[in-house]
Amino acid sequence: MELYIKYNIDMMCKVLLQQQLDKFNIDCKVTEPGYVKFKENIPMETYNKLIESLKEFGIEIVDNQKSILVQKIKNAIIEMLYADKGVQSLKISSYLSEKLGESYRTLSQVFSEVTFISIENFIILHKIERVKQLLLTENLSLTEISFMMNYSSVAYLSQQFKNITGVTPTAFQKIMKQKRYTEA
Amino acid sequence: MRPTTLHIMLADDDEDDRLFFKEAFEEVKINYRISAFNDGEQLMNHLYETNNPLPDIIFLDLNMPRKSGIECLKEIRANERLKKISVAIYSTSSSEQDIEDTFVSGANVYIKKPNDFNMLKKILSDVVHINWQYITDGLNKDSFILSL
Repeated sequence: MELYIKYNIDMMCKVLLQQQLDKFNIDCKVTEPGYVKFKENIPMETYNKLIESLKEFGIEIVDNQKSILVQKIKNAIIEMLYADKGVQSLKISSYLSEKLGESYRTLSQVFSEVTFISIENFIILHKIERVKQLLLTENLSLTEISFMMNYSSVAYLSQQFKNITGVTPTAFQKIMKQKRYTEA
Repeated sequence: MRPTTLHIMLADDDEDDRLFFKEAFEEVKINYRISAFNDGEQLMNHLYETNNPLPDIIFLDLNMPRKSGIECLKEIRANERLKKISVAIYSTSSSEQDIEDTFVSGANVYIKKPNDFNMLKKILSDVVHINWQYITDGLNKDSFILSL
């Protein structure tokens, strides 16, 4: 037996998409091909599952919701590192998940996926960046800086600085001073 | 501004090293494209041609015939159009003085050429990912120093 079939792709996609969305009990409507209107925001976890299930059908969400979340994480970290009162001693995972209303696991997953580095590495990188700035602009000793940035000791700060930049804080200061001198 | 592809330039007179370098990039997760040059002079001539697109990062071998890595670095930093590009110096020396001098001349990254290929892969992917952070987050390039 042979059959000839005629189909409407637009209709197919629309129905398939609506079925998938209904599966997650999401209150939304596929209003036109390739466009879905949501009644309310959905949790990140559901969103991730939705992406997974749509992938099976070759459907990809064209948006930058992830990039938006990453930007929010970055902003929260920067805000923390550049606080006037210095860095408070708090657990970064609870700080971020509380501030952004998502589990830390979700946050770190999305972060690594978009930026190619982990949240932890991002923080270290920016912390050292802040230390560099303080070393160059403020008249602070390394001890004062380590206190301000909430390092457990100066030795630990020096070590982390050296690990990240490859040079010691003192060598860094010397290099930057000479660099400015030669550029001037 | 967020570039979608990282454009990398390399100047190295050693053919094997150029090959290793390209192969080592297979680990890197970012989209990239590499343009390789056989010496510093070739690279600089290409960069001075204003029609050619500028790279995001340049890797320079320190010892090259005709124009050395340091000479290229100094020319790049003295040129208004080129001065903002990240420069990584690639050398066999690991003397503290050489490293400091290279940074003072304006290098962002100092790489001691490893003998081990896996090490090279790791180093290059670190450099590129960190440099990517500087590009995407607008970190201060002037104090971008990395020694590996």
